[in-house]
Formats: sequence, C-alpha cells, structure tokens
Amino acid sequence: MLAVDLLLTLAALATAGQCLLLPGLFRAVANLMAFGLVMALIWVRLDAPDVALAEAAIGAGITGALLLTAVGQLPASQRQLHHEHYRVPRRFIPMTIIVVFVGGVLWATMLALPKVGLVKEIAAVLPESGAEHAVTAILLNLRGIDTLLEIAVMLCAVAAIWSLQRAIPPPALELNYPGLTTLARWLHPLFLLTFSYFLWQGTHAPGGAFPAGAVLGAGGVLLLLTGSIGWMYRHYYNQLLRWLLAAGLLLFLATALAGLLMTGSLYGLPPQLAGYFIIAIEVAAALSIALMLMTFYLFGRPRS
Amino acid sequence: MMGDLLGIALILLSLPFFIASTVGLLRFPDVYARLHALTKADNVGLGLICLGLAVQADSVAVGLKIVLIWGLLLLASSTGATLISTSALRHGHPPRQRNDVDKHAGR
Amino acid sequence: MITTMTQSLIHVTGTTDALFALLASILAAMALVSLFTARHLIRRLLALNILSSAVFLLLVLTARTANGIDPVPHALVLTGIVVAVSTTAVVLALYLRRYRREPPC
Repeated sequence: MLAVDLLLTLAALATAGQCLLLPGLFRAVANLMAFGLVMALIWVRLDAPDVALAEAAIGAGITGALLLTAVGQLPASQRQLHHEHYRVPRRFIPMTIIVVFVGGVLWATMLALPKVGLVKEIAAVLPESGAEHAVTAILLNLRGIDTLLEIAVMLCAVAAIWSLQRAIPPPALELNYPGLTTLARWLHPLFLLTFSYFLWQGTHAPGGAFPAGAVLGAGGVLLLLTGSIGWMYRHYYNQLLRWLLAAGLLLFLATALAGLLMTGSLYGLPPQLAGYFIIAIEVAAALSIALMLMTFYLFGRPRS
Repeated sequence: MMGDLLGIALILLSLPFFIASTVGLLRFPDVYARLHALTKADNVGLGLICLGLAVQADSVAVGLKIVLIWGLLLLASSTGATLISTSALRHGHPPRQRNDVDKHAGR
Repeated sequence: MITTMTQSLIHVTGTTDALFALLASILAAMALVSLFTARHLIRRLLALNILSSAVFLLLVLTARTANGIDPVPHALVLTGIVVAVSTTAVVLALYLRRYRREPPC
C-alpha cells in the first residue's frame, strides 16, 4: 500500500504545483480539476467515502466548470498569465525556503497532535439519532446547527450573486455540438437514479444529502450547457426556483423550532421521530444544494 | 481461485493497451490522432480491468456495477472525444495531411 | 536528533498518516505562498482552493484515531467543501461583474 500512497502523494503534488506555478490560465484550471480527482482518490484511501463522493462531484466537476466558464467570459487581455512566467526563477529560492519552513512546522505540529476523537461518544448516541450512518447522524441531527448555518451561507452566496448582475447565459452549445445534447439526454435518468439512491442510502451507508445534491447539481450544469435554460426565466418557474432554493434552510429552521417546542432545547429532536425529520430535511437540503450549485453557474440572476 | 487467476490475467492483459495509448498521446502529431489513441486503446484497457475486477467480485450485483462503470465511461469518453475534435476543427486546427512536414518528429 | 524524532513520530502515527500529513503541509505552504504572491486574481482563487483542500486533508487525518474512524471531522469537511465552492462562485461573479458594462439588477 505504500506504493499507492506515494503515487497519490506525487500526483497531488505534481498537479497542485502545475496549477500554481506554470503559465496559462486554462492549463492551471485543468490541473486544478485533475487535483480534485486525485484528492477524491486520497479520501477513499483515508476511509472517508462520503467526502470522496462530494469531492468527485464538486471539487473535480462543478468548481472546474465554474472556473472554465468564468475564464471563457473574461476579456482577452485578462486571460494571460505570461508576466508571472518570467518572475518564477527569481522568486524560486525564497519560495522554497518558505515552503520548507511552513511545511515542516505544520507537519511536526500535525504529527504531535493528540488524536482524541469522539468515536465512543457518537457510537453511544447513534441509536437515538434517527440515522444508522454516523456522518449523516452528525450532519442532520447531532450537529445539525452547523449544517443549518452552512446552508444559510450557501443561500447568502446565491443572494450575493443575484444582487450583482443579470445572469450570464452559457454559450449555446447544442447547435455546434450535437453530441452534448444526446449525452445529457442519456445521462439524465442516471443522474436522477443516483440522486435517489444516495438519498435512500444516506441513513445507513455513505451517501446522503451532500453527495446527492452535488450529483444532481452537476447534472443541472450539464442541462444549462445544452441550452435547457428558458424555464428559469419564466415567472412561474422563477418563483418556484426561489422557494426551492430556500426550502432546505426553511425546513431546517422549522425542525429546529419544532425541537424547541417538543423537547425544550433548540434542535432537540425526540428520538422516536428523529428518523422522519432526518428524511424530510435530507430531501429538502439535497434539492436546495443541487439548485444552488446550478444557479452559481449563471453568475447572476435569471430575469427576463 | 479460477476467478482470481482469470481476473489477474485480464488486468495484466490491459497493461499493453494503456502503454500503447500513453505512447500515442505523447508521440502522435495532432489532436485527432492523439484522441484516437486515447479513446480506442484506453477504453479497451479499462474494459479489461473492469472485466478482471468483475470476475473477482463477491456477488453478481457488484460485478454488474463494475461493468456499468465501463459502459458509462465509454459513453462519456466517446462524447468527450467528439466535443474536443469538433471544437479543434471549429477553431482552425485542420487534420494533418499525408505529405505535411512532421514538425513534432523526434520530440 | 531530528531523524530520531521523526522516526518516533512516524512510529506513533503510521507511515500513511505521516506521508499524507507531509503532503498536506507542503500543499498548504505552496498555496499560501501563491496566495500572497500571484498577480492574477484567478490564480489566487486556485491557490485558495488548494489551501482549502490541504486543510481538509489535515482534518481528515485527525479523524483516524486509535479507536477507529471519527465521523465528526468527515462531517465538517463535507460542509467545508460546499462552502468552498460557494466562495469560489461568489468571487468569480464579482470578478466577472468588473468587466460588464450593464447596470446591476
């Protein structure tokens, strides 16, 4: 297994180094996507399958698509990174010293850290939480308040983007590239199937709202690329889109308040009902996350 | 036992295809030839690896899932290759002709 | 002295953890340098993404305790990935806004 570890480490270092040091914006973004894929493999190696699923869909997929589209929208004068190219050799020595120093300090600190963990505590309360899979139980019940704020952060990001400018529709690709439309048509049932599978699996195995939302969001980006965008501009669907974007946060807040009414503490769910609450929040949060990732891709507010 | 041996043999058999496609990616003269090398040889190599893993899988369901991965990858890589070559053609990179001077020879 | 210290540390935590901790440290240092020295804003954004990946790697490494895998850091990293992509999207939208002439809506 040491060989696999070494290979993964070298691949991650190579892609990250090329992303940060080589000239060329497009090359840098492509290397970041490759880096995301390597990181997904590293998560699998470190026994974090939930993180690997989310990283493969978001880190390698959606972040790369966002960056590539943004680079394509930039004026030609902004697409070059060439002036950095000449400065690299002169900065090389101080950069190496800083990297070795900071890296060494971080590494020594990291290895000296005591690893306490909450494994036993979580195993003790897992039967009361309403989910059999520990990560889902933590996200949606035990530390639900963190996830609530995290979805609020995402909603704030959507609000910030919508207040900036009108949507920048992606270029209409379906006329020049007919294969893309066919691919989207073929893959969409599979995206929906994977989404439902992850949601269903989330309570007892790796999966859950975040990977499901990420997969559906990636499918949504594919839809936007093939020009299926008109519905967002229609008044009725635009209202529906707003409600769905807020659905995760609203349901989460409602659950927290219901917990306050039923048990007297914010987000204190009674154990016998926790399972139903978790499923409801999971579906709403996954839909909201998927639509938020999809609307990020427009860099603005869809309005006719 | 037989399944394991067959699986290992299939995975070993995939290695020449990957080596061939990597050599093709590095040595072929233009985008289209490189895409050809990547999509053809890599798909066969990955198919052999998937078959080798599916033979060793514990249950039929797991084996079918592994084969499904191959199917999805075939779909994605063929569409991706079409997209890359169409966009290369549209942005003015005509395919190399038979009597063109090979500028990349020996590199 | 340093080699003996390193050996004892590796002995405590295992080779895999030590290797990936080293990777995370180098990635974090590289990304920090790039974050402060890069000229192009998009390059800084890429550095920020790599820095967040390095931090996630450190967090996941702390999850590998002697009692088994601790799920709390995994949940933290899962939310962190989504927050990182939100940040990227907002920065890109701000950056694109700079080059558009139309009034805000």
